[in-house]
Amino acid sequence: MSNVLILVEHAEGQAKKTALAGITFGQQVAAKSGGTLNLLVIGKGVGAVAAELKAFNVAKVLVVDGDAFENFTTEGYCAAVEAAAKSCKAKVIGSASSSIAKDVLPRIAARFGAAMATDVLDVVDAKTFKRPMWAGNVVATVELTTDVKVCTARTTEFDAPAQGGSAAVENINVSVDPAAFKAKFVSLKQIKSERPDLAVADRVVSGGRGTKGGDGFKLVEALADHFGAAVGATRAACDAGWVANDLQVGQTGKVVAPDLYVAIGISGAIQHLAGMKSSKVIVAINKDPEAPIFQVADYGLVADLFKAVPELLEALKK
Amino acid sequence: MKILVTVKSVEDPEIKIKIKPDGSGIETDQMKYVINPFDEIAVEEALRLRDVHKGEVVIACIGKEDATHQIRTALAMGADRGVHVVSGNLLDPSVVSLALKKVITDESPDLVLMGKQAVDDDMGQVGAMLAERLGWGQANFASKEESLESADEKAKKPAIKIEGRSATVVREVDGGFETVALSLPGLITVDLRLNVPRYASLPGIMKAKKKEIKTLQLGDATSDTTPRVKILKMEPPAQRAAGIIVADVPSLVEKLKNEAKVI
Repeated sequence: MSNVLILVEHAEGQAKKTALAGITFGQQVAAKSGGTLNLLVIGKGVGAVAAELKAFNVAKVLVVDGDAFENFTTEGYCAAVEAAAKSCKAKVIGSASSSIAKDVLPRIAARFGAAMATDVLDVVDAKTFKRPMWAGNVVATVELTTDVKVCTARTTEFDAPAQGGSAAVENINVSVDPAAFKAKFVSLKQIKSERPDLAVADRVVSGGRGTKGGDGFKLVEALADHFGAAVGATRAACDAGWVANDLQVGQTGKVVAPDLYVAIGISGAIQHLAGMKSSKVIVAINKDPEAPIFQVADYGLVADLFKAVPELLEALKK
Repeated sequence: MKILVTVKSVEDPEIKIKIKPDGSGIETDQMKYVINPFDEIAVEEALRLRDVHKGEVVIACIGKEDATHQIRTALAMGADRGVHVVSGNLLDPSVVSLALKKVITDESPDLVLMGKQAVDDDMGQVGAMLAERLGWGQANFASKEESLESADEKAKKPAIKIEGRSATVVREVDGGFETVALSLPGLITVDLRLNVPRYASLPGIMKAKKKEIKTLQLGDATSDTTPRVKILKMEPPAQRAAGIIVADVPSLVEKLKNEAKVI
């Protein structure tokens, strides 16, 4: 019997789509351990999010709400997760993988003397998990041997959570003083895009070094817009500043698994493949027939992208 | 200003990883080892900070005896001296953070820099675990908004701004950039777009040979060396079924419409 606590991130009054994978992970662990599943929402004015989370077959929705939690801070979130974990006597603490989870949860693990599994792909039992190593070239089965266990769950590997019930919402009073934090929030610059969110999009069109930026990358964007797809990129494209950094797909960037992934001018380094090879259908357009991307592509077209992509756009418009 | 940078020796990310037939680990015969690429970025940032604020850059490494090569590489880039905690391979993040706590308590640096994750175990845990154990603030995923082609980057200016006892760090987070003010001493983990690390120069390599590397055993740094994460088995990921090469754009469109049914 191990109770489970899952941190659920939200934006604009709703649970983030990527965060739902964490709930599914929590449901699986709770089913295997026989413990209760509890969700945690942290923020300012998060009543609507808490209400939405009641319906996910959970024991409780815990809420830490207040001015001090309006912006993300490591110390504020750690205090909230610690209080919530103690309140529901959690033995497994987790979340969908995200920049917040990867910042907060290792710190929580150290606080609780817990072992941690990052980017869990599969739940074997309440203490045994599968996770990627070496850019996904190895899938390791790991056992967390400590009393309290901490996990992040890879968002592409868990389907939408089962719904049902109407859990109680419980406020937890956590008193912190952001002015006394050792790492203080200064500002947040959000990069807004009209296109779908890369992490959850059904279709993704990505560009790499072969696009040479400029007009080449515009072709990637034009194809993305035709498909209603998110734009992704390789490390080289992000390093060169052709696109925002958080559009990098790969080992250390976003991991995506859309229904359709179109790779344009991408050679297919191991680190990039690690972020997209779970996609359902992969299309690659590259002029180099030896490019490793063709080894994972369902449909490969060996062609100059500057000719092939405009031709593809024309053909699709017919 | 004293900056301590941790470096991990990892398998060269360009080399294909092969799993041993019994699933107990990976094949390491003929393997080449390098500094974890993220840690290399941390070394570069530390050197740039030293250019501005003076002081010393100390490299700390926990790893096998051979990892001394990676410490020498960081010294050849320009770091001042090294501390090597000799251990077995692929340690648990909990144990690594305990051992690093001892090194940092002894050295008492103003700032600790390290990569946001190591590209072998892809755990990304040591930084935050260490900051917690030290009772320090943390700023993870340090980055910058300017591209790696920018003038500041070409001039090798540090992206982390330090004034008095506070560091201003731009963090790469989901959906944008977050700026935090970190009190020193503090811990920063670095992301890919912070800088482009320099290569070691030939004079740098010669000088590095004479720089001091202090050696201690893992047991000297922490009495608790029990791994918390037990690796039961390693296996290759599921392979995708082989795809096809289409002749031209019309056949691609035809396949996507009628076979894959995705458009």
